Amino acid sequence: MVTAMTLTGKRTKRDLFWLGLLALFAVIPLTPWFTRSTFAQHVMIQVLLYASMAQAWNILGGYCGQVSFGHSVFFGIGAYGTAMAVVKFGLIPWPGILAGAVIAAVVAVAISYPCFKLKGHYFAIATFAIVEIFNRLFMVWYWVGGALGLDYGFTQPGWKNFVWYQTKDCCFYGVLLLFILVFGIVRWIEKHRFGFYLRAVREGQDTAESLGVDSTRVKLSAMALSAFLAALCGAFFAQYNYRVDPPMVMSLDMSMKFVLITILGGLGTFYGPLLGAALLIPLQEYTRAYLGGIGGGVDLIIFGLLIIIVVVYQPKGIMGILDRVYVRFKRSREGGK
Amino acid sequence: MALLEVRNLTMKFGSLVACNDVSFDVEKGSVVGLIGPNGAGKTTLFNCVSGFYKPTSGRMFFDGREVTNLPAHEVARRGAVRTFQVVRPLKEMTVMDNILVGAFLRGADADTAREVAEECLCLCRLEGMADNLAGGLPTGYKKRLEMARALATKPSLLMLDEAMAGLTTTEIRDSIEIIRGLKKGGITLLVVEHIMEAVMSIADKVVVLDSGVKIAEGTPQQIVEDEKVITAYLGAKFTERMKRTGGVTRND
Repeated sequence: MVTAMTLTGKRTKRDLFWLGLLALFAVIPLTPWFTRSTFAQHVMIQVLLYASMAQAWNILGGYCGQVSFGHSVFFGIGAYGTAMAVVKFGLIPWPGILAGAVIAAVVAVAISYPCFKLKGHYFAIATFAIVEIFNRLFMVWYWVGGALGLDYGFTQPGWKNFVWYQTKDCCFYGVLLLFILVFGIVRWIEKHRFGFYLRAVREGQDTAESLGVDSTRVKLSAMALSAFLAALCGAFFAQYNYRVDPPMVMSLDMSMKFVLITILGGLGTFYGPLLGAALLIPLQEYTRAYLGGIGGGVDLIIFGLLIIIVVVYQPKGIMGILDRVYVRFKRSREGGK
Repeated sequence: MALLEVRNLTMKFGSLVACNDVSFDVEKGSVVGLIGPNGAGKTTLFNCVSGFYKPTSGRMFFDGREVTNLPAHEVARRGAVRTFQVVRPLKEMTVMDNILVGAFLRGADADTAREVAEECLCLCRLEGMADNLAGGLPTGYKKRLEMARALATKPSLLMLDEAMAGLTTTEIRDSIEIIRGLKKGGITLLVVEHIMEAVMSIADKVVVLDSGVKIAEGTPQQIVEDEKVITAYLGAKFTERMKRTGGVTRND
């Protein structure tokens, strides 16, 4: 009984924190820091976008323990879905966004069904190859624009076309909706059976099977959901940049961002992807802005060092460090009394 | 009709025959002990019955339906659930979450699952441990966690693979009590065990394997006096001691 009560107590506190955070994000566009500089707006949008991407990856890689380096493929399919709808078919982006996400999920399941027969590192290695295959395929596939990619023409700005030219406010709210969707889904999963099954498969596939968990189905579902959400992020990325080409989206660089942001923030934790993105993205954008041409790659050097330090010191990332600090703080306060 | 029927089960790994033409029944409501020296094929048999290995030949029926080539999760879903000899806690999850994974088998509702899990937690005397990470528990607790987690799935047949190995005398007594309680609660048990005093005191029937072959089957009294079993496994001294003490205590 006591356990149940403390659990619900924790839950409401966590809910409050989450809602408070969302409220904070919602009012950011009203602050002078945001309105004065389009660059700040750009950074903020990127942070939320990359946090959503990392969280989508986290479902499969963090909670379910299946490390995939192939997520840029699903991200790319999502980007191409909306770009094809707009550029090739002259439609509004929304049906393309949905179609891209569904196709990404189907492709993800088709690819991972044989790959999931491989365990541990072998699965990760197999996903590496997939990125290369798709990158080459889209480079030479002229129907989807080949190496030149797809460029958006001028369309009427607004929510209908999900394009704005004068302001980034709406883009920010657009990405905030995406963020709420992805993080909201993960929050829901954490409390429900599927979330327990995901973690059970990560911690011991045989054990999970012995308790009636169909581990293959759990992994495939996680993959489908993860790819679907990654594709939605890709669609936003294409809309935000008014263009898409294969190296922009389907590359190992992009795949690594999904993985590293989550690892830095904390694998299999709810706030990890947000923390990781909040650290990496400003670093990336500001070093690029201030160091310019000579600064190319400096962000990656710093980021690489951070990853090494964090992983050596605390494999659970920033969330792990925060947890440890919190425990120490609580102990010292109890000791003080 | 028996709850579990194993018929002519053979399992080969290359040229090694781990189980050779083994047949036996587990009657509903009974406790069946499965004993034999190391390498006799007990765990292999367990893995076949629970769906982790596909047997080379032979058939198995659970609750009247064939389960021979079903995947492990499907066997568990039908109500035959096993524990592992080498404990396999879901390390980075709390004790409560471990048990909840089992409890979710009978329904997706989180509140019901939590109630079932709390019951199993108490039944296996893990109260107070609910919020600890399973990976950090002492061995005795890990063994009980295995049992609690399996129980949470509401099995009709619980298969315990050496649930008492490595436990202290007190912990073994506790485990025996728990198993007796389960039997009273209507759960059928198939128990692999090396601790003879424990097996003999709880089993209604004992099946003895040696080098993959079933060499005896009968009540504990019959098994203790069986010449073949004494030569292969128990030893003459053990039989004398069992007769002298009545077979419930543990002396070493």
